[in-house]
Amino acid sequence: MAQFEKANSVYEWLDQRLALTKLTKVLMTEYWIPKNINFLWAMGVVLMTMFKILLISGIFLLMYYKPDTKLAFDSVNYTIMQEVWFGWLWRHMHGVAASVVFLVIYIHMFTGIYYGSYKRGREMIWLSGMLLFVTFSAEAFSGYMLPWGQMSYWAAQVITNLFGGIPFIGDELVIWIRGNFYVADATLTRFFMLHVLLLPLVIMGIIGLHFYSLRIPHVNNQEGEEIDFDAEAEKFKAGRKAEAKVIPFWPVFISKDLFVLGVFMIFYFYLVFYHYNFAMDPINFDPANPMKTPPHIYPEWYFLWSYEVLRGFFFDVGPLSAMDIGLMAFGIANVIFFLMPWLDRSPVVAPAHKRGPFFIWFWVLLVDMIVLTIWGKLPPTGINAWIGFFASITFLGLLLVALPMITKQEAKRAGGAA
Amino acid sequence: MRELKILGVVILFTLITYWGVEPFAHSQMHAHHEPATFKYEDITPLGKKGNPQRGAEIFANAGCTGCHSVKSQNLPAPMDPVAASASYGVNPPDLSDAGALYDPKYLAAVIKNPAHAMKLDHKFNENRPFPMPNFYGVGGDLDQEVADIVAYLQSIAPKEVEPKEAFVNACGRCHDMKYDNWYVIGPKPKMDTELEEAQFNLKHAEYQENLKKYLGTNPPDLSMYIRSRGHEYIRDFIEDPQKILHGTAMPRVGLTEEATEKVVTYMENVGDRKKEKRESLGPLVLLYFIIFALLAYAWKQKVWRDVH
Ligand code: HEC
Ligand code: HEC
Ligand code: HEM
Repeated sequence: MAQFEKANSVYEWLDQRLALTKLTKVLMTEYWIPKNINFLWAMGVVLMTMFKILLISGIFLLMYYKPDTKLAFDSVNYTIMQEVWFGWLWRHMHGVAASVVFLVIYIHMFTGIYYGSYKRGREMIWLSGMLLFVTFSAEAFSGYMLPWGQMSYWAAQVITNLFGGIPFIGDELVIWIRGNFYVADATLTRFFMLHVLLLPLVIMGIIGLHFYSLRIPHVNNQEGEEIDFDAEAEKFKAGRKAEAKVIPFWPVFISKDLFVLGVFMIFYFYLVFYHYNFAMDPINFDPANPMKTPPHIYPEWYFLWSYEVLRGFFFDVGPLSAMDIGLMAFGIANVIFFLMPWLDRSPVVAPAHKRGPFFIWFWVLLVDMIVLTIWGKLPPTGINAWIGFFASITFLGLLLVALPMITKQEAKRAGGAA
Repeated sequence: MRELKILGVVILFTLITYWGVEPFAHSQMHAHHEPATFKYEDITPLGKKGNPQRGAEIFANAGCTGCHSVKSQNLPAPMDPVAASASYGVNPPDLSDAGALYDPKYLAAVIKNPAHAMKLDHKFNENRPFPMPNFYGVGGDLDQEVADIVAYLQSIAPKEVEPKEAFVNACGRCHDMKYDNWYVIGPKPKMDTELEEAQFNLKHAEYQENLKKYLGTNPPDLSMYIRSRGHEYIRDFIEDPQKILHGTAMPRVGLTEEATEKVVTYMENVGDRKKEKRESLGPLVLLYFIIFALLAYAWKQKVWRDVH
């Protein structure tokens, strides 16, 4: 049994019951981070901040939003944007955060790939991160439907339709997802539920898992060096701070993160006030009209690369229709990054510029995904269709063929050298 | 230094992606068109100087007020909007501001041959005459009479048209603007009973039905169009709808450049009501985060002094 004595202060009273001192140590002042990192390691804290902004602004929007196809558009564009005190600010903050959060996620992911932070004990960090990517994608997709504008409706129509391509159960699945034969009121209400309740809960759970999974392997560093955290922490605690290879999360790591965060927030609020159209598509300020197909239907920018993989295969091959091949490629594109730790067959953890062919592979992948993103928005006609096709093939080839081959070679070389 | 290099790379790729999905992709998706000049070059000017006094007489005899109201001259509308829409398909607009709203060349052309001026020749002909008749004159030289009417309309028009007036008279017979309580049959008054509400809605529905028969489609509510189309598009669209949306049911309306700007200002006041607030709050929030970042930097320097 714990000993409870008369406490001399509120802090002491709480400390006896909640072990505050110990908790602060474990989570903050003695949570060790390598010293040799750069600002890319601050993206996690930036993401956490963006998630908080989304959550808080979302709660404010929720107070006036109406999940009904007859009311949704006006509740957003009139009530919230014009009547509610600072409603326009909450909406702009929410909309822009939802878009830039993906920019930061992509930077965060490519950082992980560049420095090999997905292997040697860090597989669970990577997997939980990918789960966050998938749930964030679902969150963004469901949220985009809520204002019930033209793009809300037509993107929902096109994307839910994709599930019809799944063999045997496809048609029933589409109806089950929509709650109706076509995208309608039932669809809006259920996506509303997903967006404001189920998915946020799941995301918060996975964020917890993501952070917890960092605890045992610790975060990686710029050189991929394996650090004896206990020994280095002792050095730091003994006052040999300059010599120690680690720093505590609080205050050393966070002081730099806050600076990076501050710079990022300047960028973010610049977008919120002056440059928001990329995140809040003008087309979506036309109310949903099932009778009027917009001339161009495209998803938000962060889905474009996988959308282009879907569209890239535009001709039938033997018994397979273009649609089926596209769907399969799309399915693969959406899960392939989960397999990163196993597609990379090399045990070497080092920054890409020290890994020869992998370095080239990294930049080709990045450029290819940017090409896919851009061509995912262009009308798929003429030369564009072919560019999309080759970029899609390249994407699949890079991950399924090139990566295992390159890293197997690397493993051989590393094995030979050891 | 290394961090700046990394930052440069991140920014470079972000900008390339941005350029590709925004300016570049949009330039590929939307056909390019020449910006509006408001010159109405397809119309030949009358080449006559109008006389407003004579114009007043001709106007009184030309039958215009059999369909149009001129509220500023205490000439009320002969019919209420719904009845007018039943007769003509659409409620003829009030002409108090016409002299200021419409380009004078265009106004003359509308009086002589409205369907042609509005670029509706393909829809109307002998079998289906345009609801507003061509003006064939009251006995004298036709072009001179038309010039006189135009001069008269200009003489009664206010120097400055209010943005809302411009919209109501130029677009309000076809388009609702419900976020500012404008409906094609007029503003919705404060309703005390459900019956009144239902009666208003019924009238609105009847008007819309007539309008649909007349135009082939219902013109959209324009409340949020400033956000969905933007200033430039609307400006170019007003000057010549066909140039931008081939085969659209919207006729040319023939506004002057100033009147067009008034209409767009009104659409901005309604659809982007918080623009001023946004633009005044922006710098303050940015300043806050600049100070935040500077303080954070100072703290970071202090904390990291011992660990380097
Ligand atoms: C028989 C009824 C009728 C008469 C008479 C008539 N108009 Fe019209 N006028 C209309 C209708 C209906 C419209 C709207 C047509 C539309 O929007 O398609 C209209 C539209 C107009 C417009 C707006 C054109 C635009 O580009 O938006 C002007 C200006 C105008 N009339 C002036 C006149 C003048 C001046 C006369 C007298 C010479 C006149 N009208 C006589 C029915 C009439
Ligand atoms: C005689 C009726 C009429 C008048 C007057 C009129 N419009 Fe229209 N307008 C229409 C119709 C009909 C459409 C729908 C066109 C379509 O769907 O092809 C339309 C569509 C529009 C659109 C949407 C174009 C798009 O990109 O989809 C805008 C913007 C617009 N009108 C602005 C105006 C403005 C501003 C005015 C006044 C200066 C005006 N209209 C006057 C009938 C009218
Ligand atoms: C969207 C919400 C996310 C949040 C809030 C979040 C948060 C964090 C935080 C705070 C860290 C530690 C500091 C850092 O390295 O930045 C971290 C590390 C990491 N995250 Fe995420 N993350 C998210 C999504 C993802 C995604 C989508 C992936 C990739 C699949 C991912 C993969 C990783 C990896 C590999 C690390 C370890 C980095 C290293 O060891 O160097 N995370 N994350």
